[in-house]
Amino acid sequence: MSRVAGYGRIDRGRTLTFTFDGRTCTGHPGDTLASALLANGVHLVGTSVQLGRPRGIGAAWTDDPTGLVQIEKPFPEPMLQASVVELTDGLVAHGLDGQGWLAAAPDPARYDRKHTHTDTLVVGAGPAGLLAARSAARAGESVVLVDDRAEPGGTLTGTELLDGRPAREFVADVVAELAGNPQVLHLQRTTAFGHYDDGFVLALERRTDHLGTAAPANRARQRVHRVRALKVVIATGAIERPIVFADNDRPGIMLASAARDFLHRYGVLAGREVVVFTTDDAAYPAAADLAGAGAAVTVADARAQLPASGESRCLAAGVSVLRSTVVTGTEGTDRVRAVLARTPDGAIRIPADLLLVSGGWNPAAHLFSHIKGALAYDPALGAFRPAGTLPGITVIGAANGTFDLPGVLRDGAGAEAPASGPEPAGAPTKILWRTEGDRSRQFVDIQRDATVADIERAVGAGMRSVEHVKRYTTIGTAHDQGKTSGVLASGITAELLGNDIAEMGTTTFRPPYTPVAFAALAGRERGTLFDPERITALEPWHLARGAVFEDVGQWKRPRYYPYAGEDMDAAVLRECAAVRGGVGILDGSTLGKIDVQGPDSAVFLDRLYTNMMSTLKVGRVRYGVLCHNDGMVFDDGTVLRLAENRFLVTTTTGGAAPVLEWMEEWLQTEWPQLRVHLASVTEQWSVFPVAGPRSRAVIGEVFPDVDVTNEAFPFMSWQDTTLDGVPVRLARISFSGELAWEVNVGSWYAPALWKRLLAAGERYGITPYGTETMHVLRAEKGYPIIGQDTDGTVTPHDLGMSWVVSKKKEDFVGKRSFSRPENHNPLRKQLVSLLPTDRRTRLPEGSQIVERRDDGRLPEPPVPMLGHVTSSYRSAALGRPFALALVRNGRARVGDLVHVPVDGVLVEAEIGETVLVDPEGARRDG
Amino acid sequence: MQLIHCPWCGPREEVEFHYGGQADVAYPENPAALSDEEWAEFVFYRDNPKGPFTERWSHATGCRRWFNAVRDTRTYEFLATYRIGGPVPATGSEPSQQEVSA
Repeated sequence: MSRVAGYGRIDRGRTLTFTFDGRTCTGHPGDTLASALLANGVHLVGTSVQLGRPRGIGAAWTDDPTGLVQIEKPFPEPMLQASVVELTDGLVAHGLDGQGWLAAAPDPARYDRKHTHTDTLVVGAGPAGLLAARSAARAGESVVLVDDRAEPGGTLTGTELLDGRPAREFVADVVAELAGNPQVLHLQRTTAFGHYDDGFVLALERRTDHLGTAAPANRARQRVHRVRALKVVIATGAIERPIVFADNDRPGIMLASAARDFLHRYGVLAGREVVVFTTDDAAYPAAADLAGAGAAVTVADARAQLPASGESRCLAAGVSVLRSTVVTGTEGTDRVRAVLARTPDGAIRIPADLLLVSGGWNPAAHLFSHIKGALAYDPALGAFRPAGTLPGITVIGAANGTFDLPGVLRDGAGAEAPASGPEPAGAPTKILWRTEGDRSRQFVDIQRDATVADIERAVGAGMRSVEHVKRYTTIGTAHDQGKTSGVLASGITAELLGNDIAEMGTTTFRPPYTPVAFAALAGRERGTLFDPERITALEPWHLARGAVFEDVGQWKRPRYYPYAGEDMDAAVLRECAAVRGGVGILDGSTLGKIDVQGPDSAVFLDRLYTNMMSTLKVGRVRYGVLCHNDGMVFDDGTVLRLAENRFLVTTTTGGAAPVLEWMEEWLQTEWPQLRVHLASVTEQWSVFPVAGPRSRAVIGEVFPDVDVTNEAFPFMSWQDTTLDGVPVRLARISFSGELAWEVNVGSWYAPALWKRLLAAGERYGITPYGTETMHVLRAEKGYPIIGQDTDGTVTPHDLGMSWVVSKKKEDFVGKRSFSRPENHNPLRKQLVSLLPTDRRTRLPEGSQIVERRDDGRLPEPPVPMLGHVTSSYRSAALGRPFALALVRNGRARVGDLVHVPVDGVLVEAEIGETVLVDPEGARRDG
Repeated sequence: MQLIHCPWCGPREEVEFHYGGQADVAYPENPAALSDEEWAEFVFYRDNPKGPFTERWSHATGCRRWFNAVRDTRTYEFLATYRIGGPVPATGSEPSQQEVSA
C-alpha cells in the first residue's frame, strides 16, 4: 500500500471494495479509481491502442492521456479515465487494451436537462472562481458557479495560508457564504463543456455515479445545464505541460502536479524513488511534498539557473537537485525502473519507480477559444493565452496565464483579495518541448501512440499548418483532445520546420471540453419522446383494429388494417377492392387545413394558386396547385369557399406547416396591405373520406337531413349539417375517383361519428382503409402526390395539369417562370404511367428508366436515363402491377416500350396515360 | 446558440427562427414585362456580401411574424432587427454593396 497517514481528504473510516482486472481491491470514499489503484500499487492500467505498449496513470484529472478503463459495473461504459471515475462500492473495471466497447444492454438511467438564466456564470471553483463568484454575489447579481471536480478549491492543496488560515478553511467559508445566498447556484461535479454565442454555456452535472447504490432511484444520472448568462467568468485553471523524451509513456511517469494532487487529495504516495524532471518552478513544491511524505526524490532541472527558494526548500527536505540536467529516456516494462538523464558531466542512470514531469503550464482557455476568443503565444510561459477581449467574457487566474497565487486571488476579488503568503522569487521557465533521443519512441500524444517521428513524417509530407499535422498524425484527437499534447505538437512542429511557434499557432479548441455521453445530450428525448408523435382522435380505434402504422412526418397514420394471416399486399388488395366495389372509410384527419379569412382573401388566393379562386362560388370546392416563383409545384389541395370572405384551404399532410409559413411570408412581407388572416385548423377538424359506390347510401342514412343526390349535392360542393346537434361539414371530394364524401367534424366528436359511419356502413361491408390503399387508388387515377411524384423540378404542365394553370389571371406566383424556354423544352420529364409487360413485376420506386434494348441487356455505362419510377403498386382493379413515372418527353411516347433495370435484369414496361382506372370519370358520381 | 431579438417578442433562442433570405428583394411590379434574364435574376440571384447583410427572418415557433435583420456574415452577429416597413436602426456599419463577392 502506498497510502500515507496524515494526508488526503478521503474518508479512511469507511472501506470500499472494488474489482480491477479481476483483482479485488479496497479504497475509501473520496478516492478516484486512479488514486485507489495507485494506493494498491497498481501502475499498469492497460496497453496502447496502436503499439500495445504498457500504459499507466499520467495525470490526476481530465488531462490524463493514458489511464483508460472500461467500467463493467454498475453500468458498462467504455473508455473512461481512471482519474475521473469516483470510487464506489462494488465497482468493477478493466484496464483498456486498445479500445473500449459499448454496452449491449440499453442504458436504464435517466438523463435530463435544465435551463438557467443568470447574471453571471463562473466556471471553475478554484481560488479565482470562488472569489469572482463571491464578488458578483456581493454585488447583488444572480450567480451560477460550476466546477468539474467533486469539491471546490481547485488545486489548492491545503498547505497554503489564505487570510492567515489554512486554505481549505478559507474555501469552506466562501462556499458557506455562497450557499447562504439564494441568488447563487453552486454546482460541483459539473463540467462546462461548451461555450456558445451570447453567454450560452452547456454544463454536464454528474448526479448519481458517486453515490453508488445509495443514489436515489429516480434521480437523473446526468443533467445538461443550459445556462444563459449576461457575463461569463472563465476561471478554469491551467494544465501542466509534459516534456517529450524517449520512452516517456511508461507506467509510473506522470505530471508533477498529479503526484502532488494524489498526495494531498487522496493520501497516496505514487512512488518511493522519485525523479522530477522540470523546466519551471512549480515542480519544486511537488518534489518537497513527496519527500516530506517519505519518498526519496531527485530533481532534474533543465535550467542552469535554479529558483533559490525552491532549491533551499528541496535541500531542507533532503531532495537532491541536478541543474542543467535533462531526462533522455527510461527503463522498465510494466513500470518505470530507472531514469536516463544527461547532466553537464555526462549521462547518468537514476533508479526510480516514479518519474514526474513538469514543462510549464498551459492556460485552460478552451471555453474562451470556443467562442472564437483569440489565443496568442506567450514566450515567457511557452503557452498560448487569451489575447484580446470578448464582450461579457472575462478570463481570470491561471486560465489567463496568471500562475502566482497572489495574482490569482487579485484576479478573482480585486481589492477584496485575501492575503496569502509571499510568493518566493522564482527563476524563468525554460521552454523545452523535447529532449534528444529516438524520435520514434518519443510520444507526443500518448493515447494515440503518436510520436515525434510521426510529426516529422507529416512535415516531410508537406504539412505546414498545425491543423494539418493534427489530422495527419491524429495528435489531439483522442478522448483528452490534446489537453497535454496540443501545445507540444505546435512547438515540435515549429522546431522541425524552423518556424516561430507564435506564428504556427495552435489547433482550435472545440466543444466538448471533456467527452459527453450521447445519452446526456439526448436527455429525455429518446424512444417515444425522441420526436413529438402526432396522433389523430381515432388512435385508440386504429390500435384496437390492429392497424399497421406508418410515419408521415410526425404523424402516425394507419397504413393498412390486416386481417389475421394477411400481409400488406393482401390487405391492400382487399381494401382497394372494397372501395371500388362497395364502400371504404379513411382517417384523413392529418390533412393540413388553413382557415383563410378577411375581405381580401379571394385576391390573396388568386395570387398564390395557379388557378382562379375568386370565381369559386360559396358552397363549392376547387382543386388548386401552389408553385414557388420558379414555377415548380410544391403543394396542392382543395379550396372550399365558406363565405364571401372566408375559405378553407387544405394542404398535403407534410405541407401543412410549410404552406402556412409560406402564405404568411407573402402576406407579411410582400402584401401587408391585404386584409387577410390565416389560422391553422388542422387539429381542430377531423376528416373521414367515405368512398365507393355505396358511400351515398351510408352518408344518406347517417345524415337523413341531407339530400345526397347528384343534383342536390354535386361533385366538388360542400354542405353543412348537424348530427345530434353537432356541426358536421360534408364535401363531395374524391381522391380515389369513386363517388365519395369527406366528412368533417370537430375532433372531439370524431370517434363517435366514425363509429356511426361504420355502423351504418356495416351492411354494405364498409371497410376501413389506410394510407397504402389511398395511395394505390389515387395512383390508378393518375393523381400525383406532391413530394413523391414530384421533387421540386416539376411544373403543373409536367404533371399533365395545364388545366389547373389559369390563362386569364395577369399574374400569380410562378406564372412568369412558365414562359421560360426550359419550360417548353419537349424533353422535359413528364408524368406518365408504366405497365410492366410481364404483368408480374412491381417496379421498385426510384428505379431508373432506359431505352428498350432488343437484346434485353444493359449496355456498358454511361446509359442515358429517361427518367425514374415515382410510385409503384399492385392494382386490384387492373389485376396487375403498375407505376407512375417521370419520363423524358413521356406524354408523346405513350405506347412506347422502355426498360427498367431491376436487380440487374431489364424489365420491359409500356408507357401509358396517367389515368388507368375509369378514364371517363364515370365513377365519381356513383 | 445566438439570441435573436424578435421585434415583437424580444430576445429568443435561435432555434425558434427560420431564415428567409435576403431582405428587400421586391416582387417585380410587372413580371410579364421582364426579360427571361431579368426574371431569373429576381428568382435565383441574391447578394452574398462579406459583412453586414440585410435579411428576412421569421419567428417561426413564436409569434410567426416576419421581420428584417442586419447580420454580419463574417461573425453571424445580428447588428439589428426591425419590423418590416419600420425604420432601419443605425448599426454603425452600413451594408456595403462593394463587398458583394463576384
